[in-house]
Amino acid sequence: MNNYPLRTYLFVLIIVFISIAFALPNIFSADPAIQISGQSGEMEINQSVMDDITTALKDADIDYFGTKVDGETGILRLTDIDQQLYAKQVIQKKLGLEYVVALNLAPTTPEWLTRFGASPMKLGLDLRGGVHFLLEVNTDEAISKQMDTIVRQVRTAMREEKLRYESIKLVKRKQIVAAFKTKTDADKANSIIRQKFTGITRDINEENGLFIIRSKMSEPEIKKIQDYAINQNLTTLRNRVNELGVSEPVVQRQGKNRIVVELPGVQDTAAAKRIIGKTANLEFRLEAKPGSSNREKFSFSDSYVRDRGIKDAYLKRTVVITGDHVSKASAGYDEKGTPNVNISLNSQGGARMHRMTRNNIGQRLGVLFIEYKVRTKYNIDSDGKKIAISERYVEKKIINLATIQSALGVGFQITGLSTPREASELALFLRAGAMAAPMYFVEERTIGPSLGAENIALGVKSVSIGMFLVIIFMLLYYKIFGLFANIALTLNLLILVAFMSMLEATLTLPGIAGIVLTVGIAVDANVLIFSRIKEEISNGLPPQSAISAGYDRAFVSIVDANVTTLIVAVILFIIGSGPVQGFAVTLSIGILVSMFTAIIVTRALVNLSFGNRSIEKLRI
Amino acid sequence: MLNTNIINFMGQRKIASIVSVFLVLGSIVSFTTKGLVLGLDFTGGTQIEVGYQDKANLTEIRNHLAAAGYENPIVVHFGSEKDVLIRMQGKPAAGLSDNVLKALRASQPSVTLRRIDFVGPQVGEELREDGGLGMLVALLVVMMYIAIRFQYKFSIGAVVALMHDVIITLGFFSITELEFDLTVLAAVLAVIGYSLNDTIVVSDRIRENLRLLRVSAVEAVINESLTQTLGRTLVTSLTTLLVLSSLFFFGGELIHNFAIALMVGVLIGTYSSIYVASNMLLILHLKREDLMPPEKEGAEFDDRP
Repeated sequence: MNNYPLRTYLFVLIIVFISIAFALPNIFSADPAIQISGQSGEMEINQSVMDDITTALKDADIDYFGTKVDGETGILRLTDIDQQLYAKQVIQKKLGLEYVVALNLAPTTPEWLTRFGASPMKLGLDLRGGVHFLLEVNTDEAISKQMDTIVRQVRTAMREEKLRYESIKLVKRKQIVAAFKTKTDADKANSIIRQKFTGITRDINEENGLFIIRSKMSEPEIKKIQDYAINQNLTTLRNRVNELGVSEPVVQRQGKNRIVVELPGVQDTAAAKRIIGKTANLEFRLEAKPGSSNREKFSFSDSYVRDRGIKDAYLKRTVVITGDHVSKASAGYDEKGTPNVNISLNSQGGARMHRMTRNNIGQRLGVLFIEYKVRTKYNIDSDGKKIAISERYVEKKIINLATIQSALGVGFQITGLSTPREASELALFLRAGAMAAPMYFVEERTIGPSLGAENIALGVKSVSIGMFLVIIFMLLYYKIFGLFANIALTLNLLILVAFMSMLEATLTLPGIAGIVLTVGIAVDANVLIFSRIKEEISNGLPPQSAISAGYDRAFVSIVDANVTTLIVAVILFIIGSGPVQGFAVTLSIGILVSMFTAIIVTRALVNLSFGNRSIEKLRI
Repeated sequence: MLNTNIINFMGQRKIASIVSVFLVLGSIVSFTTKGLVLGLDFTGGTQIEVGYQDKANLTEIRNHLAAAGYENPIVVHFGSEKDVLIRMQGKPAAGLSDNVLKALRASQPSVTLRRIDFVGPQVGEELREDGGLGMLVALLVVMMYIAIRFQYKFSIGAVVALMHDVIITLGFFSITELEFDLTVLAAVLAVIGYSLNDTIVVSDRIRENLRLLRVSAVEAVINESLTQTLGRTLVTSLTTLLVLSSLFFFGGELIHNFAIALMVGVLIGTYSSIYVASNMLLILHLKREDLMPPEKEGAEFDDRP
């Protein structure tokens, strides 16, 4: 009686081993590290760059080890965390501003552990310090912007088809109302709209002797534009966040129209906000004639200089169009298979482009990339200390200068790009220049690094003390059975940590609270079982039967009780945001794991100790 | 089979009812007249936490902030006398933290920025709605689960006990004017889970005993079931309170109120699983016959060897 088959013991053992393996990476504390990457994809981080860095570090007397390069990024570890900021400054100064130098924490998980995918839990911002932004994207604005464009295109289309209309206007920024004198005209217009403009609904009516076509954007089209706007803003944000030099940033869509940006380790919110809210733009200008007074000198972009060997050119001061006129931009290939960027202008931009290029065929048109950037300068204050000052500046570079072959319209290509990557980055920048929809900050949280470290310390302390108290109590109250429950409880925590690491879940302070609560609840199942065993013994059952009956009878109560708590935890997860979700995740995993540890693991321990032998009296 | 020392819990049910009704009404009155001190998560606004090396002088800080042009900020100690929480209405202007720090550093150069939170008003409103909705959904789903697993009278008993616990916990926060933020809401929802856990264990035993002890009156069965589960109820509450007190004393200021809400909830929940849920069963005239239909369904569990 009271014996498990061998496979059950083996199963428990295997779970224990797997959990140990996956929980193990969490005990290796991470090394302070510096991560280096290029500001654009075309820059390579190779051994010679790393050699430059290590020489500079040696000169500055900073201890480092474990340098690693993979072509796109380089990483090196430091022995002293206090030297991390100084090392960043040294490296940034050595490499210049084209390189992104970021503070990082490099995991020290041994290779035999990483080989099967074990990695430590991610820490939330409240535990490691950093900035959290929640941005709301005004998608309505994107839709009205699109309707603005469409209404102009409709007018142009009517004019091109020589159709006379009474009026075509946009009502309340969402409905196009076109009025025609005759039914034939209205029908003709209707078919033109149907052919040329997909994604808008049409509805003809006769009102006050006029034939009116009312058009609205269709629901799927609205959703498409909303998704496009959010995705474009996401891309723009990711691109910008990468320039901040933050390791492991999070830029994620949340719900219908919000974007979460989390920047671990960043303390300067002002700088982060400036860069996130940064605007880049494009200008198309004609090349200036030599000696003209209406001219300005610009240098070419780095890749242009490298490929063609020309450094600068003169452009006219007059701007043909700007990036604000770009409605879409995507990277592609032309007939010859060379990479290009396809650009669509809005109708206003298209018209201006057409006017300017029609009269200037054979001349060259330059594309100027304008970026509002922030750089860090170091000043020496009166105490001889270095202080970092963020300063804004505008950078304008020519990314393309090509001969106008024919008059350009709404859609055209920028060619002469050297790599597909360059093309896709240019397209991305162009899109970034024309942000699809305005965004504003709806939530902003900054956690200082000292508070983060303090929260970790507090979390560890409260979990350990709470667990210690429970363990002592269980030992005193249930003796040997208390020991079994304590082993199960420890295992519960171990499996919980292993699960969190495997799922790459983020541990937050409320998450730790969830773990603490799990400790309290997890022993409940054992308390239920043990008090049932006690009862059965006092009812006169022999010890072996009492153990068996205790486990069986308590099982239903445990399942019912845990299922209901789990229901609450799942509802918490679904309706909650950030902190509440962190709590719900650890609580749900904790409850599920406790069912295994409190029932199967303690039973296995009890069976191993008491099974298959006769016991006179059970001390419980 | 009968234990000798059965405590006559239900003998005191009149007194318990009066106590419960008094507590619930008191909570509702406080809740409607005083309301809750809602945290930043729900109201929206800006708060800045700064750390001093020594004891911080709040009046001085208020004066410095007023001199720097920030009108009527709420300035309070946070956790310790060295930490100060500054709360302002509205959105942080560019460079707010820099300006606030500059104003404060004028007299105390060692001030450090610990955190800044800004929550937009619409986010706060959504959270308020979602929080209320979450509680309702949790109550409904749980009620359905118990109605299926037990019987509707148990379901009503459990939900009355839950509402009793939630209302008193909220009432406690209203009367003591402790701040009610997102983590406290999570705690209240966890109280629902915990209190339910307790109530179900008791109900489970009542169901089992009603089928087993065919001769005794329902009230006697309830008393016996409560006595049998009392040990477990107390031990579990004690272990949970042990870990919660660890959170309360060592978990830091950010989860202080979370721990308080859960401690109050666990205490009330323990009381309600004994007196409220069972009391409701008697008020609803629970009969042995009520449990006949689900017996077939539950048989497979109960007849396990």
